[in-house]
Amino acid sequence: MADKVLDAKGLNCPLPILKAKKALKDVPAGGTLEVLSTDPGAVADFQAFARTTGNELVEHSEEGGVYTFLLRKK
Amino acid sequence: MSEEAGGNAINPNTMSIIVTKGALDWAYPPFILSTTAAAMGLDVTIFFTFYGLKLLFKKLDLKVTTLGNPAMEMPMMGGHMEMPNLMSSIPGAERMTTVMMKNLIKKKGVASIDELRELAVEADVRLIACQMTLDLFEYSKDDLIDGIEIGGAATYIEVATQSHINLFI
Repeated sequence: MADKVLDAKGLNCPLPILKAKKALKDVPAGGTLEVLSTDPGAVADFQAFARTTGNELVEHSEEGGVYTFLLRKK
Repeated sequence: MSEEAGGNAINPNTMSIIVTKGALDWAYPPFILSTTAAAMGLDVTIFFTFYGLKLLFKKLDLKVTTLGNPAMEMPMMGGHMEMPNLMSSIPGAERMTTVMMKNLIKKKGVASIDELRELAVEADVRLIACQMTLDLFEYSKDDLIDGIEIGGAATYIEVATQSHINLFI
């Protein structure tokens, strides 16, 4: 179970990333944030976000048009 | 060379953007890129000049026009309707294209410019308004949202010499 869950469904670029960045503030270092998104562009974007910021993208998956990302805070 | 000019080593996590356009569609790139860059840990500065200054007004009233937008199409009943340049000469056309665009923005979960601008301010994106443009078009700092710096070309050039990424929009 993630430390925090962010429901970003229905939001388009760049809102899922911006809201995830904000939500990470409430997560302790080493803790996890789960992000739900319906934006197909978020798949590439969360990978780029993780590479650039050093927060780890532990896993991501898709089911029924909903993408789930699990980020571990640096 | 850059060290001679700027006197500082360039931090790779820095970006500057010059914004010269004040239309609704042109307002998106600077605010999307600046907020995202800030979220990814970059220090971002935006310099607003000429019509770009409109994006800093307290009350945003941005429009989109077909004029000069030859590639503009709008999704309509499963297809796409071309929006020829000529259409802009029809009275009310600009109002119509603006309403269409704003409806699409809402429907597709795209942020409004008001929202993105607030996020930029919140993320400490440095916003600089061009003094010469204020003078030229007879605006004052009071027309702009709070927290805007005022500067000129030299102010921007100094920022640019210290920025790893410099964009012109």
